[in-house]
Amino acid sequence: MALVEIRSVKKVYQRGTEAVPVLDGLSLEIAQGDFVVLMGPSGSGKTTLLNLIGGVDQPSQGAVMVNGEDIGRMRPRQLARWRARNIGYIFQLYNLIPVLTAEQNVELPLLLVKMKGKERKSRAAHALGIVGLADRVRHYPRQLSGGQEQRVAIARAIVSDPRLLLADEPTGDLDRKSGEEILTLLERLNREFGKTIVMVTHDPHAAERAHRVLHLDKGVLSN
Amino acid sequence: MNLFSLVLVNLGRNKLRTILTTLSVVVALFLFCTLRGVLDTLDAAIRVGSESRLVVRNAISLIFPVPLAYRDRIAAVPGVSLVSYANWFGGLDPVDPRDFYASFAVDGETYFPMYARDVEIVAASPPQAQIAMPAGVDPELAAFMAERGACVVGERLFKRKGWKLGQTINLNGTIFPGSWPYVIRAVYHAKDPAFGEESLIFHWKYLSERGMGGQGTPGWYVVQVADPERAGDITRAIDAQFENSPAQTRTETERAFQAGFISMYGNVPFLIGVIGLAVVFAILLVAANTMMMAVRERTAEVGVMKTLGFDDGTIFRLVLAEGAIITLGGGITGALLAKFLLEGFALPNNILPPMTVSWMTIGMGIGIAIVMGAASGLIPAWQARQLRIVDALRRVE
Repeated sequence: MALVEIRSVKKVYQRGTEAVPVLDGLSLEIAQGDFVVLMGPSGSGKTTLLNLIGGVDQPSQGAVMVNGEDIGRMRPRQLARWRARNIGYIFQLYNLIPVLTAEQNVELPLLLVKMKGKERKSRAAHALGIVGLADRVRHYPRQLSGGQEQRVAIARAIVSDPRLLLADEPTGDLDRKSGEEILTLLERLNREFGKTIVMVTHDPHAAERAHRVLHLDKGVLSN
Repeated sequence: MNLFSLVLVNLGRNKLRTILTTLSVVVALFLFCTLRGVLDTLDAAIRVGSESRLVVRNAISLIFPVPLAYRDRIAAVPGVSLVSYANWFGGLDPVDPRDFYASFAVDGETYFPMYARDVEIVAASPPQAQIAMPAGVDPELAAFMAERGACVVGERLFKRKGWKLGQTINLNGTIFPGSWPYVIRAVYHAKDPAFGEESLIFHWKYLSERGMGGQGTPGWYVVQVADPERAGDITRAIDAQFENSPAQTRTETERAFQAGFISMYGNVPFLIGVIGLAVVFAILLVAANTMMMAVRERTAEVGVMKTLGFDDGTIFRLVLAEGAIITLGGGITGALLAKFLLEGFALPNNILPPMTVSWMTIGMGIGIAIVMGAASGLIPAWQARQLRIVDALRRVE
C-alpha cells in the first residue's frame, strides 16, 4: 500500500470574487521509503500539494490518504495531532523560534505528547546528534549559520520520528556547500532511517538526489 | 522546557514592552484600589458610630446649638443611661494652618465614660493634686480632669507633631476667635483605627467660659441608651419633648449621624468609583493593544507551531496565558501595593479616620485584573486561534 495516495484532488483558492484553481484533478501515489521531488514553475501548485499532503491545507475536492487515513475528513484538532505524530516539516527559511535555543526548538513538537522533561531533552539531543549539531544545543538561531539553522529545523522535523518528511525548498536560502550538506542529510534520513521524503525544489541539481522527480504545471502532473 | 516556560519565554522577547505593560497595569490597579480605599475609609467612618448611642442636634442644622438646659430633660427620658455633650471647635494651628486636625470641646465627666470602649489612655501626666474622679472616668485622666485648660490628643497626632506631655500648644479659633492655649495632659489610642487618632479634645467648660461668656450651649448631645432595641422609641421620645420649643431637635443614631457627614461629600464617592473604573478601562485598552501587537509580530511563528501540531485550542491558551500573566501579576502587585503602602495613611483633612484599603477592595482589584487579563488576551488569542496555517506562512515565505 502506498504511504501517500492522492485521488483526483482539486484545490481552488478564492481571491476576492475570483476563483483561482491551483490543482486540477491531480492523482498521485508515494510509496513508503520513497524520495520524491516536486518541480515546476512558480504558481504551478508544488507548495499547495505539499501542504495538502501535510494536512496543513484541505483539498476543495478529492481525497488525500496518508497511511490509509483520509486526512481531509479529520477535524482540525484531530488533524493537528495527526500532523504532530506523522509529519516532519522543513521550511525554506528554517522558521526556528528565535528566543529558543537549538535544543528547545527541537523539543517543541515533543511538548504536545506526554513525555517527561528528561526524555524530551534526551530525544532532542539525539536528533541534534543525527544532524551533526550535538555541540550546538545551547546556541540560539542567531548564533548559527544558515546551514546549521536548517539542520536544527531538520532535527525538529525528525524528533517525533514521523514517517513522512515534507521539505519546501530546503536549500533555497543556502549557499552551495550548505545546500549540499542538507541534501546529503536528507538522503541519509531516507536511506538509513527509512523516512519518506517529499521535497519541493527549483534546483535540478538537488532533484538528482531523489528517486523520482515529478513536474507540476498549472496544477497537473506533466510526466 | 514545558508549555508554561514557553509562555514565559515569549513574555521575555521584548522585556521592555512586557515590563512597561505590567507597570501600567500595576499603576492602574494601584489607583483603582487607592480610590476604592477612599470609599472604604468613608465607609469605615460611618461604621465607627454606634447603634447604641444617639446624637441629638438642632433640627435646623448642626451649626445651630442646642440649649444646655436640655441635658437634664434628655437624661430623664426612660431608657437613657448617660448623656454627654460636645462642640466643634475648629481651631487652626498658628504655625501651620494648613495642617488641619479636628478639635472638640467635650464634657469630660461624661464623654470619656461614654467612649471608654472605643479609646484608651496610653500616656498621661501625673496629677498635680489628689482630686475626686467622676465615676467611669479613667484614673489616668486625673491631671486632665484637674486642669481647665488641659487637653487630650490622639496618639497619631501626638507623634506626628512631636509633642510632649505637659507641653502647651496653641490653636487659633475660627468660630471662637483668639489664641487658645492648651496643656497636653493625656494621649488616647483608638481601639478601632477607624475612630481616628487625629483629634484634640478639651474641656467644654473651658470653651464656655472663654468663648461663650460662661453661657455656653452644646453643639450636640450624645446619648447612651441602655437597650439599643429601644433606640427608635427613645429617639422619638427625645424629639417629641422639644417639638414646640424654639430649638427643636433631631435625634438619630450615631451611625446615621456619621453617615450624614459622609453624605455631605455628595456624588464624590460615585465619581471616585467611576474614575477608578475609567483608569482600569484605559489601561485595559493599552494592554489589549500591546498583546495584539505582540501576537501580530509572531504570526509566522503561530503558523509554524500549528504546522508542528499545536492545535488551535493550545495556541489560544498560550496567548491568553501571556495576557493573564501580565495583567494578573501587575494587578495583584498594584492591589497589594495599595494595601500595604496606603493602609493607615492619614487623609489630608485629618477628620476622616486613617486610610483603609479593605480586603474586599483588594479582592475586587484582583477580580478586575482577571477580567482585564481575559479581555486583553481574548482578542489576540482568538485571532491566533483562527489564523490559517497557509495564511500565516505566506507572510514569511
